[in-house]
Amino acid sequence: MFGPIKAKPGSAKNNKTGSWRIDKRPKFLQKNCIACKMCLLICPEGCITGKEKNTFICDYNYCKGCGNCAAICPKDDIEMIAESVGDK
Amino acid sequence: MREFLEGSQAVARAVKLCKPGVISAYPITPQTHIVEGLAQIVADGELDSQFVNVESEHSAASVVLGASATGVRVFTATSSQGLLLMSEVIFNIAGMRLPVILTCANRAVSAPISIWNDQQDVMAIRDSGWILMFAENHQEIMDLHLQAYRIAEDHRIMLPVMINMDGYILTHGMEPVDVPQQEQVDKFLPPYKPLYKLDVNDPITLGCLADPEYYMETRVAIQKTHEEALNIIPEIAREFKKIFNRGTDGLIECYKLEDAKQVIVCAGSVVGTVKDTVDELRAQGKKVGAVKIITYRPLPAQALIDVLESVEQVAVLDKSISLGAYGPFFMDLKTIFQGRKKAPKISGFVAGLGGRDINKKSIIQIFDKLSKKQVDCEFIDVKDELLKVKIEP
Repeated sequence: MFGPIKAKPGSAKNNKTGSWRIDKRPKFLQKNCIACKMCLLICPEGCITGKEKNTFICDYNYCKGCGNCAAICPKDDIEMIAESVGDK
Repeated sequence: MREFLEGSQAVARAVKLCKPGVISAYPITPQTHIVEGLAQIVADGELDSQFVNVESEHSAASVVLGASATGVRVFTATSSQGLLLMSEVIFNIAGMRLPVILTCANRAVSAPISIWNDQQDVMAIRDSGWILMFAENHQEIMDLHLQAYRIAEDHRIMLPVMINMDGYILTHGMEPVDVPQQEQVDKFLPPYKPLYKLDVNDPITLGCLADPEYYMETRVAIQKTHEEALNIIPEIAREFKKIFNRGTDGLIECYKLEDAKQVIVCAGSVVGTVKDTVDELRAQGKKVGAVKIITYRPLPAQALIDVLESVEQVAVLDKSISLGAYGPFFMDLKTIFQGRKKAPKISGFVAGLGGRDINKKSIIQIFDKLSKKQVDCEFIDVKDELLKVKIEP
């Protein structure tokens, strides 16, 4: 008997770890974005996508709410909002 | 062909016959002669194997882990402090289900520094998931190594196997050994066919992160495999017997148990001394016997119950101790018989720590004490005057 001892590359995506987020989550305002990609590069989860200005967004299935993206955004275009607040 | 060999040379010759593709080890007393022998064999071109020199035991274990993960047969050996330095990797090897074979030349653990024999080192990794086997003599060392590869690489098992041999007593002592022919070994041990391996054309990840949704099942699987191995090890031992005309049933060995009222349970080279003492006491009309533990993990609980439940008194002889509790073998024996109606009186004795000699007198002492009050952790051959040493503030 073996159990889950080996995995195909990329299979960690099957684990929806966004539920680990506890306090806050980033809200991408998409108003003053200059597409500098700093948020995309600094995200430790690699779960931010986007190309053009004001198109950047993160995948909440994986986002842990660390706030790095909001902290590094030169235009303050990402803000951390309480988990309890609705409207993703 | 029978040859007069040092125990370490017997290991080197056995490993040569098994043809591992990668060998990595770091020298440590009393394991050194094993690796020295293998290095010579590889250097002389008698074995086509990559011998990887490393800077520590942690690296040696890591090399064989990585090599085994690519689907090649591997070998390493260590002892005492070296095994402790390996211990992180030891758990990883078992967790990744890699059929690594390691020879442990059993030695006491520091401090104080002791290079002499007891069986404390292996107990540090007892719960790692490795299959643990103990050899009594040189022939068994040779035979267990050949079987270890079969056991580890069996697709129903896929677990590492550690062969334990008492430092100096077995590693440096010399005995005649029947060294099998290569054709015989090839018949018994086919080339290693991995069940999974690291391959750039078909990539997999081994040893990856397992969150609480996955981890527990990997441990349950190892536990269940250990239970299954209790049937597979004797199956492989039977096949070994058929080809080589010698051997045991792979789990335990009984010595003069018919009608025995007092029995000593132990493992490793001390079994030889116990058997000799049993012969002498039998000649005096005493009904005594011995049980040798060959496979310690998985624990052959049913096999031990079957042979010991009708015995009156059982002495468990440990050459190691779980400080603050009891000897590890003793605890296991007590657990096996806990709550059973038919059970012997089990006493625990600890002897031979740090190379203190266990001779026939020690064994006779144990049989004598066995007739008296039941004890859990009685030390044999302790110098009371040394315990009285005082340290002034």
